[in-house]
Amino acid sequence: MSAPMAAQEAHRSTTTHPSDAYGHRIKGPSALGSSPRRMWHLTWSLARTEFKLAYFGSVLGYLWQLMRPLMLFGVIYGVISAFDKKLSAGAPLFPVAILLGIVMYNLFSEGTAGAVSCLLNRENLVRKIEFPRLAVPLATVITSLMNYSLNMIPVVVFLLAAGGAIRWTWIEVPALVLLLTAFITGLAAVLSVSYVRYRDVRPIWEVVLQMMFYGSPIFYSISSLKHLTLLGVRVNIAHVMMANPFSAILEQMRHVLISPRYPNAAQAIGGPAMLMIPVGIGLAVIVFGFLLFDREAPRVAEQL
Amino acid sequence: MSDPPFPPIVVDDVHKRFEIPREKVSTLKERALHPFKRVQTDALHALRGVSFQVRPGEFFGIVGRNGSGKSTLLKCLAGIYGVDRGGIYVNGRMSTFIELGVGFNPDLPARDNALLNGTMLGLSPREARARLDSVIEFAELHDFVDLKIKNYSSGMLVRLAFAVMIHVDADILLIDEVLAVGDAAFQQKCFDEFERIRAGGATVLFVTHDMSAVRRFCDRALLLERGRPVQLGDPESVGNRYLELNFSDQARLEEAEAAERESGAGGTPALGAARRRRLGAGRLSGSDAETLVSSASIGPLGPEPVERSVPEAIGLPETGSIGPLGPEPVEPSVPEAIGLPETGSIGPHRSDSIAQARSLPMHLPHRDSPRRSISAPAGAANAHQGDEAAEILSAWFEDEQGEAVDVLRPRSTCSVAVQVRCQRDLHMPIFAVSLENGHGDRVFTATNVESDSARDSFAAGELVTFRVCFTNVLAPDRYHLTVSVASEEGAWHDRRERMISVVVAGTRSSDALVELPYEFVLQRGSPQPALPTERR
Repeated sequence: MSAPMAAQEAHRSTTTHPSDAYGHRIKGPSALGSSPRRMWHLTWSLARTEFKLAYFGSVLGYLWQLMRPLMLFGVIYGVISAFDKKLSAGAPLFPVAILLGIVMYNLFSEGTAGAVSCLLNRENLVRKIEFPRLAVPLATVITSLMNYSLNMIPVVVFLLAAGGAIRWTWIEVPALVLLLTAFITGLAAVLSVSYVRYRDVRPIWEVVLQMMFYGSPIFYSISSLKHLTLLGVRVNIAHVMMANPFSAILEQMRHVLISPRYPNAAQAIGGPAMLMIPVGIGLAVIVFGFLLFDREAPRVAEQL
Repeated sequence: MSDPPFPPIVVDDVHKRFEIPREKVSTLKERALHPFKRVQTDALHALRGVSFQVRPGEFFGIVGRNGSGKSTLLKCLAGIYGVDRGGIYVNGRMSTFIELGVGFNPDLPARDNALLNGTMLGLSPREARARLDSVIEFAELHDFVDLKIKNYSSGMLVRLAFAVMIHVDADILLIDEVLAVGDAAFQQKCFDEFERIRAGGATVLFVTHDMSAVRRFCDRALLLERGRPVQLGDPESVGNRYLELNFSDQARLEEAEAAERESGAGGTPALGAARRRRLGAGRLSGSDAETLVSSASIGPLGPEPVERSVPEAIGLPETGSIGPLGPEPVEPSVPEAIGLPETGSIGPHRSDSIAQARSLPMHLPHRDSPRRSISAPAGAANAHQGDEAAEILSAWFEDEQGEAVDVLRPRSTCSVAVQVRCQRDLHMPIFAVSLENGHGDRVFTATNVESDSARDSFAAGELVTFRVCFTNVLAPDRYHLTVSVASEEGAWHDRRERMISVVVAGTRSSDALVELPYEFVLQRGSPQPALPTERR
């Protein structure tokens, strides 16, 4: 040790130093960590591992991932066939639209429900190594995105088999999926970090997911909804429903992917200006999610 | 990689406090029902003003007792916990090994786990892949690379984890007792590997409570106690301080407080009574009352007297024919005593009959002790045994300057002093002390039985203090002192087994009971005294 350094050591306790007096300062745990590259490497490794593991143990492997939404689709389609055609409101390729709805909903529910307990499940990472906290819920979301990509294969196959056409509007699909992923990530951040403190986030979220399944135009067309009168006010249920960013994105997907005869999101909510509502809600969730997560991230390891 | 002017690790006045909620409110319902109730928290100061610098290429140890904050400090260094005050500066690529195999997944094969773990420890996936072969080679797991690690033996797992760890090639390694796993051979391999890493210029920061490891490998060490740095310096002196601290008054005080709380809260009455009795004995002995409580509650360093059976505890011979209250006279003469069965025997090193003869007063059962009753509680090992003709009041250890001490320095001249009150006239009584180590081996006995100059007679009411001076060659450990006063014939006037205890500081250099001063002489060729003439 050099003499000046020894002197520094001697005076250390009495003098205060500027924050970078000794070089690189360890900032402690945070949502994003110190290096974006490391953040991405870790997220990707986690997501890939999770994806791999999901199908490692089962005989049929990836096939199950394809079968699951198809089986649910079979049930739902069987049930609604017993009713008249009202649910479809005369929209073309309605079975494919249901399948698409199920697959989109799967992405949403897997991403958010999986995120609820992800910090707890990854406790050993959070508590044993320096780890950007947000990588954990983000990895869960990315895993469900991988599953979603697989699930979209039968959707496209069925679409083409049922007489749908490849159209230019399909290029809008990745952008819509990205929007939905961002929305899910915002929710995942809120859910994961609140679950560390409050364990009843899980049952609450399960109920919310149930409500969303029936409260989104998944197995019915948005055009089939009636107007309701609540407390003397005539309410357009479709417009209310479309305030949910998930519903808005789903409706737009149907419009661009399946057939232009499905109303686009702006039409479904009653004008482009109204579209600001789901966009605003989505943005608010994302911003709030990140801020909350960022605030709580330094203490997650201690509270687990 | 690191800027030359900056040391690899600087810890500058770091404080860390944990808020521990008294009743954990973990549901929204509770929160909703008591919206204005502040969650009451206990503050736990894990670190209070820790500062140090680690020099480049140094093997730096952080030691401390359980709960001293050493692991918290490491986690702060690693960026797992944030600090409340102060700053931590790390210059260079750092890798943390708080646990071997972080991120290992039992359902994945070794290959994937090695990649995953490497990424967790700070490699990019590309780097991890590039090192995979070398990792597998080091772990000697060629044939099992595609086997799921849930089917691995624990030894294989540790090998794999360690192989990944040393392939991260960081400039700065933070290691938290990962070496506690694995057998001695593996630990040796670990240390060899750390040495190699260090030879490559890396800085190693090592958290442990294994003082021998610190002594062997570290250049410097920092001792933490309850979140505060106590000593920073060479491993030897830090090690000694650590041992002292481990058994210091302060530490004992804490132990005693804990014991008090426990007995006050929910200890069984019998246990409480036993504690009080010990407390009483401790007061009698003149040292801190807590001394004996802690000697009973620290436990692991020695068998608790309580666990002994009654006959053993009160020193009865094991030859069933002599009942505890049996009137059968035992001739208290020396030759017979040599043939007596061992009493209170817990160590294997006591077969030497001469040694037994010397420790005679310690062993002799005596004729008519009013207290020698089968109903004596097992916990009374510390109580008085004998005919009450004399009373052992107190005993203590002294250092060279004659100061009373709890800790004896290795190779120093020390003495044990005992104060006795004669209740009746005593003719040429025998005084004896003996020391047992933590395993119950009797390692030292001293009496005045063969010393004419130290024999005398005393009148009733007289106070006697005797001292045994010795050079401390005992191996570092905790030792228990048993004191007895016996009549000329060998019947106990008073005897107090494991009356007080003392710690011999230092670090063990051998597994032997004592560390005698010696000189090692090496000669080349045939030994000189061994001449043919002598071999005849």
